[in-house]
Amino acid sequence: MSTRVFKVWRGDSAGGKFVDYQVDVQEGMVVLDAIHQIQRQHAPDLACRWNCKAAKCGSCSAEINGKPRLMCKTRLDGLPVDQSVNVAPMKSFPLIRDLVTDISWNYTVNKKIPPFTPGADATFLMRQRDVDRVQEFRKCIECFLCQDVCHVLREHDLKPQFFGPRFLVRVASLEMHPMDTLDRLKLLKDEGGVGLCNITKCCTEVCPEEIHITDNAIIPLKERVVDKYYDPLRIVLRVLMGTGQDGGAAEK
Amino acid sequence: MNDKYETHEHDVIIIGAGGAGLRAAIECSASGLKTALICKSLLGKAHTVMAEGGIAAALANVDSQDGWQTHFQDTIFGGKYLNNWRMAELHAREAPERVRELERWGAVFDRTPEGKILQRAFGGHTYKRLAHVGDRTGLELIRTLQDKGIHQGIDVYMECTITRLLKDGERVCGAFGYWRETGRFVVFKAKAVVLATGGLGRCYKITSNSWEGTGDGHALGFEAGAELLDMEFVQFHPTGMVWPPGVQGLLVTEAVRGEGGMLRNNKGERFMEKYDPKRMELSTRDVVARAIYTEVKEGRGSPHGGCFLDISHRGAEYVKKKLPSMYHQFKELADVDITREPMEVGPTCHYAMGGLKVAAETGATRVPGLFAAGECTGGMNGANRLGGNSLSDLVVFGRRAGLGAAEYAKTASAPKVDAAAIESAAGEMTGFFGRSGAEDPYKLHLDLQNTMQSLVGIFREEKDLTAAITKLEEFKQRAQNVGVVEGQRMFNPGWHLCRDLHNMLICAEAIARAALRRQESRGAHSRLDFPQYDNYWGEHNLLVTKDGRQMKVEACPVVKTAELQPLVDDKKAKEKK
Ligand SMILES: Cc1cc2nc3c(=O)[nH]c(=O)nc-3n(C[C@H](O)[C@H](O)[C@H](O)COP(=O)(O)OP(=O)(O)OC[C@H]3O[C@@H](n4cnc5c(N)ncnc54)[C@H](O)[C@@H]3O)c2cc1C
Ligand code: SF4
Ligand code: SF4
Ligand code: FES
Repeated sequence: MSTRVFKVWRGDSAGGKFVDYQVDVQEGMVVLDAIHQIQRQHAPDLACRWNCKAAKCGSCSAEINGKPRLMCKTRLDGLPVDQSVNVAPMKSFPLIRDLVTDISWNYTVNKKIPPFTPGADATFLMRQRDVDRVQEFRKCIECFLCQDVCHVLREHDLKPQFFGPRFLVRVASLEMHPMDTLDRLKLLKDEGGVGLCNITKCCTEVCPEEIHITDNAIIPLKERVVDKYYDPLRIVLRVLMGTGQDGGAAEK
Repeated sequence: MNDKYETHEHDVIIIGAGGAGLRAAIECSASGLKTALICKSLLGKAHTVMAEGGIAAALANVDSQDGWQTHFQDTIFGGKYLNNWRMAELHAREAPERVRELERWGAVFDRTPEGKILQRAFGGHTYKRLAHVGDRTGLELIRTLQDKGIHQGIDVYMECTITRLLKDGERVCGAFGYWRETGRFVVFKAKAVVLATGGLGRCYKITSNSWEGTGDGHALGFEAGAELLDMEFVQFHPTGMVWPPGVQGLLVTEAVRGEGGMLRNNKGERFMEKYDPKRMELSTRDVVARAIYTEVKEGRGSPHGGCFLDISHRGAEYVKKKLPSMYHQFKELADVDITREPMEVGPTCHYAMGGLKVAAETGATRVPGLFAAGECTGGMNGANRLGGNSLSDLVVFGRRAGLGAAEYAKTASAPKVDAAAIESAAGEMTGFFGRSGAEDPYKLHLDLQNTMQSLVGIFREEKDLTAAITKLEEFKQRAQNVGVVEGQRMFNPGWHLCRDLHNMLICAEAIARAALRRQESRGAHSRLDFPQYDNYWGEHNLLVTKDGRQMKVEACPVVKTAELQPLVDDKKAKEKK
């Protein structure tokens, strides 16, 4: 059996450091298995979150070799063999201890979004193709990796002004539900800060559910907001989207 | 370490935020009561999120002949006639309305061509009955309830673990627990308490359950004086992953078989022909699990000790659309492309049919002020649960327990908590620190899991069960001395496990003692030394209660309803044919 060195962040808000652990590698092993082995053998108090071990609950988010990923979905044989494996907590949220961060802000944001509101006469007869898009958004497991990677939150820490990609996806799932009757565009524009997203697509790249966050959720929402509130801004949008001077994607 | 603790007061507290707890909380707060929802993990991460295949309800959208009567009959037949008939009836009658309600609250199920909720076939269900969203139905359910609940003024306390129920005389009046994040203590005072803590799969080595499944509600209720029912019936789901080692036990949804998946042994035989030619792969779970176990034992297993499950004949497009998370799970964790090659699967400990005995209408236990719903209760499923009947159980009986607790709380007097009980609960938790030569909780847990797996597993017999009980006594002794040598109270999983072991040991002992007592084979309980059905046991459930420091195991007659007798007789006659 071969072994690998894991460098795991240990510490709390007062400070900390990466600590080295030797891990016995088994076939097919994922990073979360290694963390559990460390807990059993070396550090029973190593703090981490997990539940399903199957990429279904979104609890085990961390930064593995600097990249936001689910620990239960990251195989060791997919990481460079000649290097140690670096495991750190998500950077965009306040640290609690070791790999556990305080993600309560996300729950606060969710509460601000008015829930699904069907009309009194809604039939709920919906064809599959009319709900495909909404179902894509509803696959979200709330791992918050997209929130972690988005520079608006990560570098600029604009949490009070921006819902972040996860909750833009949430708004999109409501706005595009065939039976919903509310209009959340003003909220999106003001509190949601949808304009702060400059479509870097980093969120889409890290999403373990492969939701097309930017293309399918954020861009259509931006278009709706622009259409409703500031038509002239469509020019800027077009530039950002690289669709040229005239016409193009923003046209309905 | 003599700590201060914070205190919160509510009309009703609900312990557990899976489907059952969330649904109970929604109902309770809708009736105007101050409601708290407490859970060990973050909100939205409870076990329910992992449910895959679907929620059973006789909507009759696909098979128009379906109705509550057939659903009731299938449930009772699946449970080998040990179910509480009234519970099975309420469940079958109310599930369709609860599913439509989920849709009105924002759940988006897969559709039929006419635009209605689509339903799929599942083991033991006569008709296509499971409303679903691909293979992530549990996520849809929990997210829908969560988003409904947070806008209703429920106070949510997450990452908070309850270790004891507090009593005022006979009555339950609150709970004691700790915050995972800080390790500090917290006391909840309440007029009524609902337990909705889910399952106990972590007692076994190979399980589909997350770390949360340590039977806390089973144990909390038992210690507070409630009865445990049908504990010998532990469901081994036939298809868990067997390879690689790190994912052993991880669930492979029954929807794979519902969508046409075939089971084969290493000779390429569809072996279910031998065990249940009528239902084949869609036989009930107990039958399929035993079949796979037998094939492996007799040398016809797959390379990693399971059998083959093949869905590739349905075509890549279809498989990816209907079973997307299975596709990814195998691709990413096992390097297997299920659209082209078979999976390797074997039985995994999945679900507890047994649990707290409750009144069907209200979820009330025999302890005043204590209610329960969901997997931590018994009665609904009898000797074996049909797939899809849990998610529906959660919303049907979650709602009813919420109402039951609310009604009780409306007329109950203010709760009084006893300072000495709080002291003692705090002392238990701080006592795990600084024990010299302490027993390692991880080691003890592993020993417990191995014992349950090998001696109280799919096939049981007297000598194994007796040996298990002896071992469990030993483990209880060792548990007196578990502790954490290093570290502090902030988010310390080793410390948490010390307390979880206490609950798992209660559940394990109840399972083993009830299994020893039931001298027959029925549903999920198979005795090598008593391989047949027995008429006496077919009319009796087992109740486990606390008797001083001992466990008392008693038989009691199955709860029947005269009006349902014709439906039951009709089903029995059909199955004889
Ligand atoms: C992989 C998998 C797939 C499944 N698929 C299906 C399916 O397709 N259809 C179906 O019908 N059923 C399915 N089941 C079964 C079903 O999902 C569960 O039985 C059901 O979700 C249990 O719900 P619950 O509300 O009772 O508890 P859970 O969802 O398990 O929630 C328990 C809650 O209690 C909390 N809790 C526990 N102990 C404490 C404590 N001491 N203090 C505070 N909080 C506590 C937890 O934090 C959690 O919030 C599946 C199960 C698994 C494992
Ligand atoms: S596309 Fe927008 S939301 Fe996504 S990471 Fe970039 S800026 Fe953030
Ligand atoms: S959108 Fe994707 S990355 Fe973001 S929280 Fe949801 S699942 Fe995670
Ligand atoms: S443990 Fe659930 S996503 Fe990793």
